[in-house]
Amino acid sequence: MWLTLLSWLPTGIVLFASLGLLFSRAWRAQLILLAVEYLGVFWLVAMHWPFGLASVKLVTGWMVCATLGITQSSLKDVGDAEEMAWPQGRLFRFFMVAMVVVVVVALMPYVEALIPGIDRSVILGGLVSIGVGIVQLGITSNLLRITLSLLMVMAGFETLYAVVETSVLLTGLLAIVNLGLALSGAYWMTAAASPTREEASQ
Amino acid sequence: MSAPLLWVVLPIGMGGAFLLVWQERWLVRIGTLSALGLALLAWWLPIDEPFAIGSLALKVDGTLQVLGRAFTLEPAHRSVLAMLYGLAAMWFFGSATLGLARRVIPLGMSILGLMVAMLAVRPFLYAAVFLGIAVLLSVPMLLPFTQRPGRGVVRYVIFHTLVIPFLLFAGWLFAGIEASPGDVELTVRATAIFVLGFAFLLSIFPLYTWIPMALEESSPYTVGFLLWLLPQATALFGMGFLDQYAFLRLSENLPALMRFAGLVMVVTAGVYASFENHAARLMGYGIIAETGFFLLTLSLGAPAGVHLISLQILPRGLGVTIWAFSLAILQKAAPDLRLTTLQGKGRAWPWVTLGIGFANLSLAGLPLLAGFPPRLLLLEQLAVNRSLGDALWLAIGLLGLISGAVRTLGSLVLPGESAGWKRSERVQEVILIGLGIWMLIGLGLFPQLSLFIFNDLSALFERLGQGML
Repeated sequence: MWLTLLSWLPTGIVLFASLGLLFSRAWRAQLILLAVEYLGVFWLVAMHWPFGLASVKLVTGWMVCATLGITQSSLKDVGDAEEMAWPQGRLFRFFMVAMVVVVVVALMPYVEALIPGIDRSVILGGLVSIGVGIVQLGITSNLLRITLSLLMVMAGFETLYAVVETSVLLTGLLAIVNLGLALSGAYWMTAAASPTREEASQ
Repeated sequence: MSAPLLWVVLPIGMGGAFLLVWQERWLVRIGTLSALGLALLAWWLPIDEPFAIGSLALKVDGTLQVLGRAFTLEPAHRSVLAMLYGLAAMWFFGSATLGLARRVIPLGMSILGLMVAMLAVRPFLYAAVFLGIAVLLSVPMLLPFTQRPGRGVVRYVIFHTLVIPFLLFAGWLFAGIEASPGDVELTVRATAIFVLGFAFLLSIFPLYTWIPMALEESSPYTVGFLLWLLPQATALFGMGFLDQYAFLRLSENLPALMRFAGLVMVVTAGVYASFENHAARLMGYGIIAETGFFLLTLSLGAPAGVHLISLQILPRGLGVTIWAFSLAILQKAAPDLRLTTLQGKGRAWPWVTLGIGFANLSLAGLPLLAGFPPRLLLLEQLAVNRSLGDALWLAIGLLGLISGAVRTLGSLVLPGESAGWKRSERVQEVILIGLGIWMLIGLGLFPQLSLFIFNDLSALFERLGQGML
C-alpha cells in the first residue's frame, strides 16, 4: 500500500510542477517549478535506471534551470507585449488542462500496451508533462515560456523513454540536447533585447 | 585510423577550433581548404580497403565504436561525403565576401560533422539526437546576437526539437517490429509515429511555414546553408530508414502518402511562389518544392527513384548555393528584399540578377539547366507509371515556380532610380556566380556527370532497389 503510494509521489510532483508552469507568470516561480519537475522526472526514471545514470537527468535539469535563471536575472524585466495577444485567462488555461487530462487518460491504455512493463505512474507523469508543454507552446510567444515548454516536452518524453532504453551514449546526447535548448533559449532572450531586422534598418 | 574519426570527429573538433581564429581572412582560407581537403580525401581514400602510400600500408576502418554504439561509414558513402564537404567549401568561400565567415564557417563545419554522424550512427534511431544538436548549434548562425529572434527561427527550433521524441520512439518500435513482424497494429502505430517525425524533419506540408519566415528574418545565406544541408542529409537518412526496414519498403500506403505529400508541396510552393512579393521567401518556396520533388521521386519506387535522386543532389546543392549567395549580396545593397524595393537593382547588379534567375529557373526545370533532366524524368515517370493527373499537378507547380522567377527578374531589370546599366559586384562575387552558372549549364548539358559522381548511391541503398515501394 505504502509502496504503491510512494510510486505515485513523483508523478504527483511532476503533475504539480507541470500545471504550475502553465499557470504561473513570474519567471522565478517558473524556473523553481521546472527544477521541481526535474526532481520528479529523476525519481520516475530512477524506478527503471541505476541511481547514478538517473541522476544525470536531475543534474542536467538543474543546470538548465541555472542557465535560464542567470540569463533572465541579467535582463531588464520588461513585459512581453506580444504575449498579450494570446488567451491569458485562468479559465482558459483550466480548460486546456482539462483537455490535456482527457487526452492523457485516453492515451494511457495505448501507451501501456505499446511499452510492456511500464508503470501507470510513469505514463501519467510523462504524458502530462508532454501535453502541458505542447499546450503552452501553442499559446505563447514569450521566449522563456517557449524554451520551458520544449524542455517540458523533452522531460516528459525522457521519462517514458527511460523505460525502454538505458544507453549511456543516448543519456549523454539527450543531456546535450537539454543543455543546448537552455543555451538557445538564453541566446534568444538576450537577443530579444535587440531590434528586429526591419527596426534596425529603419 | 577510422573513417568516422576523419569525417565526423575531426570536423566537429575543427569547428570548435575555428572559433579561436580571429582573423576572418585566415578563417576563410583554413575553413575552405579544410572542407575541400575532406572532400578530396572522401573521393580518393578507400574505406575498409588496404592501400599503400609508398612503402607504408594503410587501412581506413569504416567503423568507430563509442560507448557500445557504432558509427559506420561504408565505401558507398564516399561520394555523399565528397559532395557534402565539397559544396560546403563553396559555401565557406562565399561567406568571405558577405562578411558572414565568422557565423558560417565554425558552426557550419561542426554541423557538417554532426550530419555525417547522423548518417553513420548505428542503430539508426540515435540519428535524431545528432540532428537535434545540429539544429541547436545553428541558432547563433541564423541569428546574430544583436537581432531579435523572429517567428521563423523559433518555429525552426520547435519543429526540429519535436523530431527527436518521434524518431527515437519510432526507432525503438521498429526494433520491436523486426522481432515480431506479424504485429499489424504495432506496425501501423510505429509507421504513423515515424511519418509524423519525418513530417517535422523534412518540413512537409503544412509544417514548412518556418522556411519563408526564416528567410525573411535572417540572412538568406545562413538560412540557405541550413536549407541545403539539413534536408539533403535528412533525405539520405530517410532513405536509409526505408532501406533498413522491409515493412516500410514494402508498404503499399507509404508511397501513396509520399506522392500525395510531394504533390501538395510542389503545387502549394508553386502557387505561393507565383504570388510572392519577397525574393528571399520565394527562394524558400523553391526549396519547399525541392522537398516535394524528393518525396515524389522516392514514391516512384526503386531503382528509378534512387537513380533520379542521384540526378537531383548536385543541381539542388548548386542551385541553392548560387541563389542564396546572390540574394545575400543583394541584401547588402537594398533595405529589404521585397520585389517592389528591388525594382531596377538588376541594372546595378547584373551578375547577381543572373545568379538568382539561373538558380530559380534551374530549380523550376527550365531546359538546358541542371534541374531540367531530373524534372523531365520525374514528369515522364509520373505520367507513365502513375497517372497523367499527377504529372499535370507537378507541371502546375513547376509553372508557378517559373512565374515566380519571371516576376523576380522582371522587377530586377525594370528601370528603377537610374535607367543605366553598370556592374557593382566585386570580382570574387562575379567569379563565384559565373562559375556556379556555368556549372548549372554544364550539368544541364551533361547530366550523366551527376550519375558518374553518385554511381555508388544505389549500393548504399541496395535493398531499396529490391522492394516494390
